[in-house]
Amino acid sequence: MIIDATVMFDLFVVTLACFGAGALGALVTARSPTLARIVGHGAALIGAMAALAFGLAGLAGGGMQLNLPDLLPIGGAAFGLDRLSAFFVVVIAAGAIPASLYAIGYTREYAGKHSLAGMGFAFNVFVVAMILVPLARNVLTFLVLWELMSLASYFLVITEHEREETLRAGWVYFVMTHTGFAALLLGFLLLAKATGTMHFVQWQVAAAHLDPSSRNLIFALLAVGFASKAGAIPLHVWLPRAHPAAPSHVSALMSGVMIKLGVYGLVRVGFSWLGVGPGWWGGTILIVGAVSAVLGVLYALVDADLKRLLAYSSVENIGIIMLSLGAAVLFQASNLPGIAALALIAGLYHTLNHAAFKSLLFMGAGAVLHATHTRNMEDLGGLMKRMPQTAAFFLIGSLAIAALPPFNGFISEWLTFQSLLLSFQISAHTINLIFALGVAALALTSGLAVACFVRAFGITFLALPRSHQAAGAHEVQWTMRAAMALLALACIVLGTAPSLMLAPLEATIFELMSAHADVQFNLTAVVANDGFGWVAPLWLALALIVFLMALPLGLRLLGANKQRRSYETWGCGRALQTARFEYTATAFANPFKRVFALLYRPVKELDIEFHPESRYFVRTIAYYNEGRLIFEDALYRPLLRMIETLAREARALQSGNVHGYLVYILIALVALLILTV
Amino acid sequence: MASLFEYMFKAPVVTETLKSSDDIQIQIIARQIDERARKSFGRSLHIREVDAGSCNGCELEIGALNNPYYDLERFGMHFVASPRHADCLLVTGPVTRNMADPLKRTYDATPAPKIVVAVGDCAHDCGVFAGGYGVVGPVSAILPVDAVVYGCPPEPRAILLGILAALEKRP
Amino acid sequence: MFSEIAIALLQLLMVMFGSPLLVGVIRKAKARLQGRRGASIFQPYADIRKLLLKEVVVSENTSWIFRFTPYLLATTMLLSALIVPVLTIRTPLGFMGNIIALMYLFLLGTFFLALAGLDAGSAFGGMGSSREVAIAALAEPTVLIAIFGIALRAGTTSLDGIITRFAAEPLLMLNAGHLLAFIAFFIVALAENGRLPVDNPATHLELTMIHEAMVLEYSGRLLALVEWAAGMKLFLFLTLLSNLFFPWGVALANTPMTLLTAFLALAVKLLLFAGAIALVETSVAKLRLFRVPELLAGSFTVALLAVVTSFFMK
Repeated sequence: MIIDATVMFDLFVVTLACFGAGALGALVTARSPTLARIVGHGAALIGAMAALAFGLAGLAGGGMQLNLPDLLPIGGAAFGLDRLSAFFVVVIAAGAIPASLYAIGYTREYAGKHSLAGMGFAFNVFVVAMILVPLARNVLTFLVLWELMSLASYFLVITEHEREETLRAGWVYFVMTHTGFAALLLGFLLLAKATGTMHFVQWQVAAAHLDPSSRNLIFALLAVGFASKAGAIPLHVWLPRAHPAAPSHVSALMSGVMIKLGVYGLVRVGFSWLGVGPGWWGGTILIVGAVSAVLGVLYALVDADLKRLLAYSSVENIGIIMLSLGAAVLFQASNLPGIAALALIAGLYHTLNHAAFKSLLFMGAGAVLHATHTRNMEDLGGLMKRMPQTAAFFLIGSLAIAALPPFNGFISEWLTFQSLLLSFQISAHTINLIFALGVAALALTSGLAVACFVRAFGITFLALPRSHQAAGAHEVQWTMRAAMALLALACIVLGTAPSLMLAPLEATIFELMSAHADVQFNLTAVVANDGFGWVAPLWLALALIVFLMALPLGLRLLGANKQRRSYETWGCGRALQTARFEYTATAFANPFKRVFALLYRPVKELDIEFHPESRYFVRTIAYYNEGRLIFEDALYRPLLRMIETLAREARALQSGNVHGYLVYILIALVALLILTV
Repeated sequence: MASLFEYMFKAPVVTETLKSSDDIQIQIIARQIDERARKSFGRSLHIREVDAGSCNGCELEIGALNNPYYDLERFGMHFVASPRHADCLLVTGPVTRNMADPLKRTYDATPAPKIVVAVGDCAHDCGVFAGGYGVVGPVSAILPVDAVVYGCPPEPRAILLGILAALEKRP
Repeated sequence: MFSEIAIALLQLLMVMFGSPLLVGVIRKAKARLQGRRGASIFQPYADIRKLLLKEVVVSENTSWIFRFTPYLLATTMLLSALIVPVLTIRTPLGFMGNIIALMYLFLLGTFFLALAGLDAGSAFGGMGSSREVAIAALAEPTVLIAIFGIALRAGTTSLDGIITRFAAEPLLMLNAGHLLAFIAFFIVALAENGRLPVDNPATHLELTMIHEAMVLEYSGRLLALVEWAAGMKLFLFLTLLSNLFFPWGVALANTPMTLLTAFLALAVKLLLFAGAIALVETSVAKLRLFRVPELLAGSFTVALLAVVTSFFMK
């Protein structure tokens, strides 16, 4: 299907226009909060829909080239659309549509407390910057848009700036994102200098002539920069702070969509800009991915804050994506392009799936927060009966993220497993061992994710409410529910009919790597590597439904007793059944805390206050069992201390003496003259 | 470990056949269940034992029902932990004030059809504790009882025969 | 077409009606080893029939998930029965999934059962759920590395492909990797099905329960479905162990003679496994809960060894 270039251009302009209208409209209607939120987010909704159309057209083959030489210095602004960029535009738009819809209802509670005009403005800038990043085709365009995206999201994160922890979260996010930016800047400039051009398209050809050591250095810098945006361990520390602090629709966008741009960068680095690299590139990404996956889910398991749990779970899923990305790079370096393409398809499909179910989960958490005003799972419970539809959507999200059939997470994890298992075709023992450990890490992650989301869903929604706020919860507004319903539908469709997106993905990979992926699929089945493994998700789903309907019928035919009586929970004859008897979130995670105590290094404290007159009577008992954040303690705090010490030493340079400063200028001038002449 | 294996494989099956005798006293009181349920319970009966304040003498005898000599599993009977899984409540002891309510709740938690077998003299008429200040009354004061097994404590044989009699089943 | 439906139906019926018999045989074997007569091997059928007579008592704290879970459990097991090569490799619906899809189907059942345990709001249920998902999570790496080991030697992860390859080249099985993978998978089978030394299926002490604790609230036909599903899970795990690691007798083509042989072969293999499980359950004590991860870590190491030996002995 040939798509007219003018159609593409028109869609592009419409998209930009909608977001522009949204941003300006939000500012213009600042007086009326209702109008501001509807105009701001409504325009973003329409813009996102246009962007989705644009992206889908791009996946079908439509291309676009746009050069605006006067917009930016050093090469101007250059935009281009190839299939990979189109895919990421689709991912972003698919996340932005429900998020905008959700935001219309969700931001109502900010009226009067915070500027809805500001939120609307920042939201539109954020989304449009995210959509434009994959389209950027030269260094400066990319960096400007990247920075715009980070700034807009920073302002959105600190929306609730009256809270100390939100400001702190924003600060950590700001520092981390700019550290990543610095790495990116350095990497890009080195690459531009080595290849002599600032344009991305020309890098692939020119990169073949680079010497290996500079290529490795550039790879390291760019990988670090993109990995920090994606949230890989140990650069993840901003994620569990920023995502819970932000308003829920922003969390959904950041977790579901923004961190995927780090993945986009990694794909470009691994496959487009630097040519085929040595094996250790893929190996490093794979190992970092495996570590992120396992550690991410382990931290999620013990967290009682619902949104921070979801943030750590994002770290886990980025780990899974990087696992397949690293495998793809490694396969490509080992001259197995078909399997590399399969691994890359798995990674990219998981990117799309994660956008779908993580946004859904964050929106569900936002709905819970909206209804109960608390994120603490220890105070929740019993919401199934009070918010049945939100609960159903959250359940679908939980099933999808736990990678259970017949939902979408299952398909992408299945594909990842297949590609990892095919590693036996490589004949190097070290690589085989790394892959085996990767399989083990992915399996452990998968099992732990099941446990994590049984806990997240079960403690939050099931049984009795653990506090007054939870008891008083009610179902949320229709816009929020509609957004969640859209995403739930996406999870089901992507899980039962994966070929809908796998076909365009295959075309994307072919365009990127010039290799056909080792996978065949039709509407009902997916087959990997000519029969190495297969699965038919649509059939599975149908069979599940058929059996689910046949069983009650069968029981009725057998003459089973149809009576049902409602009575209290069995409590060994106890007279009361209150919420205090339920299992708590902390208790549920206890086996994991004990098994993985080496990671959590829990700090246990037991304070017993005795009655003043006799030690036989106890007044209060307080038990603290907190896990320590080992990355903060072991990596960041020493680093920050070192920087502080250096800064203190450097203060000696600021003597206040004008003559001293003149000497500094002289020294700098002389140095520059020596370097350039 | 070797001696354990040796014992497992060499030791014979020591289950005794169940024979009634004159000194065993059982009383059938009421029948809460219909014919179909009785037939089904005859093949598979899940028992939940409730100690409503007994001295544990009856419990020791009931505990003996699980050992290889008495082996109640050969009759399709099985002790269960939750009353939701149970068909038969085996109640011992005079019902004390503290246990009256839990006993009633246990009974209500058991799905119908169900039977109740009271074990021991205390369960029948409070035994030696009759008239005590902590005692509410016999089991029949709280629950509808299907069968009573007399004895202080009754032999395991008697308990087995009592349950079988409640189901109108011959050993 | 007709014969395909007949084959699928035959396998399904075998699993549906064979699993209570398997459970009964294991209990009988345990009883004999304990020196008592024990219940008849058909006792589980009587239990299920009686449970269908009983009313269902549902806690007022629960939601629809509690009532839905038994149906889902039985459904996933029935679906797995259609995928696993019980008698023959030419399972008509075997294209629905390979061994990885099968493991995830089992996880789907575990997910909902754990939720149902939490649903009633009792401490027992929560405890059971917490322990169950912990053990399932820790057993996952072993399962997948064992699968990796098998796939390495068989060159495929499809169930019938593995059996075909091993049946065609028996020598592939004659190595340490195969045996190690089998041991690891056997330990996982014990853990996933709630057998000693991980979980005691006959315990009445709630603090020692894992699977039982989650089903304490079930009664009547719901309990019948849960018990039946648990029996089917054990049947399917043992069938996988028998047919993947010792594929002698599995029908490679669908003729009445081969199917009969397959049936008899499976019966013999399952009987041997039942005896082995009864022996293990009678001789070991249940592991303390926080020692179970050590057992699972041990089985993971065994599985990893299996993979490594497969690499080095290619």
